[in-house]
Amino acid sequence: MSGDDDQQLRVSKIQNGTVIDHITGGQALNVLAILGIDGTSGESVSVAMNMPSDRLGKKDIVKVEGRELSQNEVDVLSLIAPAASINIVRDYDVVEKHRVERPSVVVGVLECPNHNCITTEDEPVQSRFAVVDDGVRCEYCDTIIRDELPAHILAD
Amino acid sequence: MRHDHIISAKQLSRADIEEVLDHAADIAEDPAAFADRHANTLLGMLFFEPSTRTKMSFMTAMKRLGGDIVDMGSVESSSVKKGESLADTVRVVEGYADALVLRHPMEGSAKMASEFVDVPLVNAGDGAGQHPTQTLLDLYTIRENAGFDDLTIGIMGDLKYGRTVHSLAHALTNVDARQHFVSPESLQLPRSVRYDLHQEGAEVREHTGLEEVLPELDVLYVTRIQRERFPDESEYREVAGQYQIDSDTLESAKDDLTVMHPLPRVDEIAHDVDATDHAKYFQQAHNGVPVRMALLDLILGGEA
Repeated sequence: MSGDDDQQLRVSKIQNGTVIDHITGGQALNVLAILGIDGTSGESVSVAMNMPSDRLGKKDIVKVEGRELSQNEVDVLSLIAPAASINIVRDYDVVEKHRVERPSVVVGVLECPNHNCITTEDEPVQSRFAVVDDGVRCEYCDTIIRDELPAHILAD
Repeated sequence: MRHDHIISAKQLSRADIEEVLDHAADIAEDPAAFADRHANTLLGMLFFEPSTRTKMSFMTAMKRLGGDIVDMGSVESSSVKKGESLADTVRVVEGYADALVLRHPMEGSAKMASEFVDVPLVNAGDGAGQHPTQTLLDLYTIRENAGFDDLTIGIMGDLKYGRTVHSLAHALTNVDARQHFVSPESLQLPRSVRYDLHQEGAEVREHTGLEEVLPELDVLYVTRIQRERFPDESEYREVAGQYQIDSDTLESAKDDLTVMHPLPRVDEIAHDVDATDHAKYFQQAHNGVPVRMALLDLILGGEA
């Protein structure tokens, strides 16, 4: 059995939905956190972790049945998996395929972890983070978030 | 001055700083020449936390320019007590005043408020964030006493929550300065300030003891170790004593060392320092008036 077939067996094809490939090895569970998937809402999800990859050494793959990602979700995903590719699948065929791009700002998708930041108050303002070298930075209070980013995703 | 709002020291270039400081020096030399500069101008004072020096010096500055102030008063006596948002408060008061000065306990409040108003808004301190007008008067005092060339400055105390420190550290990247930060490990500079200093290529060193660096310093900027930041009193007492200076401490300092403090002090500078030539903190506080006159004049459309 070839390596590709072996991989195919481990992660089966989906009919409609999204395949996120080339996720930085070990980040798949954080990707699920970004997508708000914890297994309770009934979506069919396949996860492969630490698969061999020419480009990344090790990569993760996430397949989500019946779900296409919003731009906000892709923006946040790009911060923890900058090499990821998004494949939109309809009726078993990949109809769209694109790499994620790191945005310069993410608006309204992360909550500032600084409890003394004005964006955490009941004010008519959305959170706004500038994307910096290795994380994001609140444009109001300057707080920098790095590794702990998935913990601060705002609930829909 | 090309800025509509003064929110952070980070927005101030060397040219901006020198424009304000030069104008402040002109005002200090002949304040009477500016006495009617802004007659009929009203400055809106929005102070959501207590302030003595900053508030009074803004009020004095506006009045010495011929204008007047409208004051929100204490939070307890304002609509804030009824639950009004900051965004609504500033939108209402901008209809009464030609410029606004805001002090607020939350970081980012001045930036957010500035997005809701068209009149100039000046940040007079936002939580542990920034205090850019304090920095301008600090820089004025530093330039008067030690200059901006080949400057070695020590900044000591609560570096983590001290907004005056954050603003000053940013601003000093515009001049030829080596910055030494002296604090307990628990009160070292926050990640965001370190990030900016690194990005700016600033020459920075960190210490836990003043004695390591005191003899090199041209300026020592002392801030209060804030008792309320420590989880328990014994931990505070353990470190607080290490960050107090008196005239004996300064024996190993240069003769022309300038000692500064944004005030209020508690016990971090002993009163016996006041009588020495090192003590410049009252001069520093007095400089708040011409510097804030200069800044207000520039943002209200005056020409330097």
